Amino acid sequence: MAVEISDEIEVREGVDRETVETVQNMGSYKYGWDTEIEMEYAPKGVNEDIVRLISAKNEEPEWMTEWRLQAFRRWQTMTEPKWAMLNYPEIDYQDQYYYARPKSMEVKPKSLDEVDPKLLATYEKLGIPLKEQMLLAGVEGADETPAEARKVAVDAVFDSVSVGTTFKDELAKAGVIFCSISEAIREHPELVKKYLGSVVPQSDNFFATLNSAVFSDGSFVYIPPGTRCPMELSTYFRINAENTGQFERTLIIADKGSYVSYLEGCTAPKRDVAQLHAAVVEIVILEDAEVKYSTVQNWFPGDEEGKGGIYNFVTKRADCREARAKVMWTQVETGSAITWKYPSCILRGEESQGEFYSIAIANNMQQADTGTKMIHLGKNTRSRIVSKGISAGKAQNTYRGLVSMHPKATNSRNYTQCDSLLIGDQCGAHTVPYIEVKNTSSRVEHEATTSKVDDDQLFYCRARGMDEEEAVALVVNGFCREVLQALPMEFAMEAQSLVAISLEGSVG
Amino acid sequence: MADTAILAAQTPAAKARPAGTALEARLAELDLPKGGFTAAARTDAAARLNAMGLPGKRDEYWRYTDPAAFNDPVAQPLAFTSRQSTLFDDIEQLKLVFVDGRFDAAASDALEGEGLEVSTLAAADASGDHWASDLYGKLETAGQNPVKRPFAVLNTLAANDGVLIRVTGKVSRPVHILYRREAEDADVIIRHVIRLEEGSELTLLETGGIAARSNVAIEVEVNKEARFHHIASKRADDAKIGIAHIFARVGEGALFKSFTLSVNGSMMRNEGVIEILGDDAVAHIAAAVLGDGTEGRFHHDDTVFITHAAERCESRQVFKKVLKNGADGIFQGKILVKPGAQKTDGYQISQGLLLDEGSQFLAKPELEIYADDVKCSHGSTTGALDETAMFYLRSRGVPKEQAVVLLVLSFLADALEEIEDDRLRGDILTRLDEWLTSRASA
Repeated sequence: MAVEISDEIEVREGVDRETVETVQNMGSYKYGWDTEIEMEYAPKGVNEDIVRLISAKNEEPEWMTEWRLQAFRRWQTMTEPKWAMLNYPEIDYQDQYYYARPKSMEVKPKSLDEVDPKLLATYEKLGIPLKEQMLLAGVEGADETPAEARKVAVDAVFDSVSVGTTFKDELAKAGVIFCSISEAIREHPELVKKYLGSVVPQSDNFFATLNSAVFSDGSFVYIPPGTRCPMELSTYFRINAENTGQFERTLIIADKGSYVSYLEGCTAPKRDVAQLHAAVVEIVILEDAEVKYSTVQNWFPGDEEGKGGIYNFVTKRADCREARAKVMWTQVETGSAITWKYPSCILRGEESQGEFYSIAIANNMQQADTGTKMIHLGKNTRSRIVSKGISAGKAQNTYRGLVSMHPKATNSRNYTQCDSLLIGDQCGAHTVPYIEVKNTSSRVEHEATTSKVDDDQLFYCRARGMDEEEAVALVVNGFCREVLQALPMEFAMEAQSLVAISLEGSVG
Repeated sequence: MADTAILAAQTPAAKARPAGTALEARLAELDLPKGGFTAAARTDAAARLNAMGLPGKRDEYWRYTDPAAFNDPVAQPLAFTSRQSTLFDDIEQLKLVFVDGRFDAAASDALEGEGLEVSTLAAADASGDHWASDLYGKLETAGQNPVKRPFAVLNTLAANDGVLIRVTGKVSRPVHILYRREAEDADVIIRHVIRLEEGSELTLLETGGIAARSNVAIEVEVNKEARFHHIASKRADDAKIGIAHIFARVGEGALFKSFTLSVNGSMMRNEGVIEILGDDAVAHIAAAVLGDGTEGRFHHDDTVFITHAAERCESRQVFKKVLKNGADGIFQGKILVKPGAQKTDGYQISQGLLLDEGSQFLAKPELEIYADDVKCSHGSTTGALDETAMFYLRSRGVPKEQAVVLLVLSFLADALEEIEDDRLRGDILTRLDEWLTSRASA
């Protein structure tokens, strides 16, 4: 018992030091620089020609082009949803670039020397290790060198294109397919045809339909039956070009009895003009398989006055299609000027399970409307939602969620907890849950609280010599701990520092 | 879909309606009073209603309840027996009887009482000046933001009768509005306006079946240090369709408490719109709902919107629904804490008890908070009877039917606790017990 206690203190002290250091050393947005690199753009705006052009750039087969065009035609008949508690100027969809790629990526570089040094420097600056850096820059053959570094395979997406995927060979030995979606469309059309749009249909919502028409790249993962993916998979999204919307599409298929943990990270430069990001993530989980999907979303949030920043409209959904399938969404949402995101679970298979852990932090002029949907269709399905929303500055933070127990989802369970924390009297925290129970043997419990940072806790920290910002960071980290604990190791530390950075300047 | 089918099967063909928009058609059917002191408010309401129109199925605020029932022509009702409610009979009271939505002076007590100024809307509206002109339509208008409530606007426009009560002292004798339904297909619109002057106190009781379809709105202003208790028992006929609004404005140090018992009624929506404007005020709204879908459709919607615009105020929403035989229970509740409404204590609980398959409980408990030094929470649970508790009672020899009644009563207890007066609570409890026991085997 004594050992356990001392361990805990040590971890906490570690966290504390880390947080304090980050707060002291960092600017408010660490990834705000841009890379001056020669880019190749498609003309501004979106129309059928642009859709065809994106399809052609990705060397897609005819069926894919048609699929996109179908989505585009539908999108033209749709209107942008306005129900979220978000306030932003009208988006001009014709005033965006829908395709941008570094000119140097036109011909794949053969060795490190051939890689555009600027592109290389970008990854270095983002803190991706040299070994991986070689791979990310798209050097052919580099992945044959044995890797001693941490085993996380990365697919890096720079504006509209995937620049490289690491550890492909090692993954291939296990039968795992991990590549960019454009490559998957060419190399594995049977899988893409079968699953693309099967979780998030083309017609799903305004932003998902737009994405279906113009998505340029993203990641594709297939884990074969009975396989435990030998390493964590990761995608790193970077928006660099100005006035460019990023529309990535991720498709993950976990076949029977398989397991994979997937991490997603994102950053963008500081710019005065807001940029659009509309992604779609589809996850298909078959019998007894399990997928963990973790996101640290750290897009540029805009400046203190709310200028610039990313408008983040994301549709993420997991389909637990067969019995005992399991999905766990974990998200740390600290970036973006506007967040519109509801990772959902369709619990179709009997005894399938969905979990959602979320930390959403909104500071300055940020607005976040995020949450989840748990749709219980199968018998004995279980779900759990833990959401922690933190508002500071003049930010608005909304939890919006749905728990639905269908008549046939007997003996199912849901537990929801959403807590909001307010820092300062200029911000807002809102909770909009929908609870729909249509059978009697299921049990649904929902709890929500809203409070401010506890004065007693602050006083306790202050009395022990911490300054106010450190104290708030510590209390907030404590408030979020249930979610932080659900994150994979790689992300947990980063997330803790992010929590502290995101709140910088919110006190006093 | 099944619900609609049941409703269609059980309600004989509706009257044919002339062409035009639903709103035009509805207005054409109504006998619109010109109004005396209410004339300006009615003209304004007509303009507002024309601008906003009637709600449709796709309206977010009508997500769980199809508003058509409150607007379509009144269907020929199922057979019903006119029965006088005997609830609260033994309590000393000022009785005001409404038959099919019209005040019945002969059956009512004299319109007087210590600390009270009482008149009926129909009688008072003949004059051009009345204290109620400060409130009539005013609280309703304030309650239209941020969510539109067209049926309340319609009420302001078309209310034919109701009571106007001004309270100047502590009134110990409750005012009892007793509704009676005589006609088969009456479609009535009633408006009550109540003002509690500083330091005064009133208990308002509402009982009985109103009409085949009713639209009742209450506007109540609770001024500084005043106390208002409202207890309604809506034990309506099985085929009843009703929408009710209560608009309250609560002043400094004042208290507002409303409790509604709803037992059956095919289609009901109760909206509570409470604005807390003075510091240190208290507002509680609660309901106990028992729904049995056996004799037709049961659809009961409670929609509450509480706005905190002052410091150190407390609000509570307690909603409990027991549902069986395909009954639908809906709860939409919201706490809005405006900037500066510091030290707010807001609490909200909504619970559904599903006694069998086929019933459903749908809830949307919302918080919208713009002040940091607040304590707000909500909880919502839905499930079946607790098997352990059931087993406990059964193992001690309590028959199954009786055990269910006991457990249901204990489930509803928190809502009943919101009635402060012991005698009134006792009467409601007795009524509940009788109803449950008589249906225990159904």
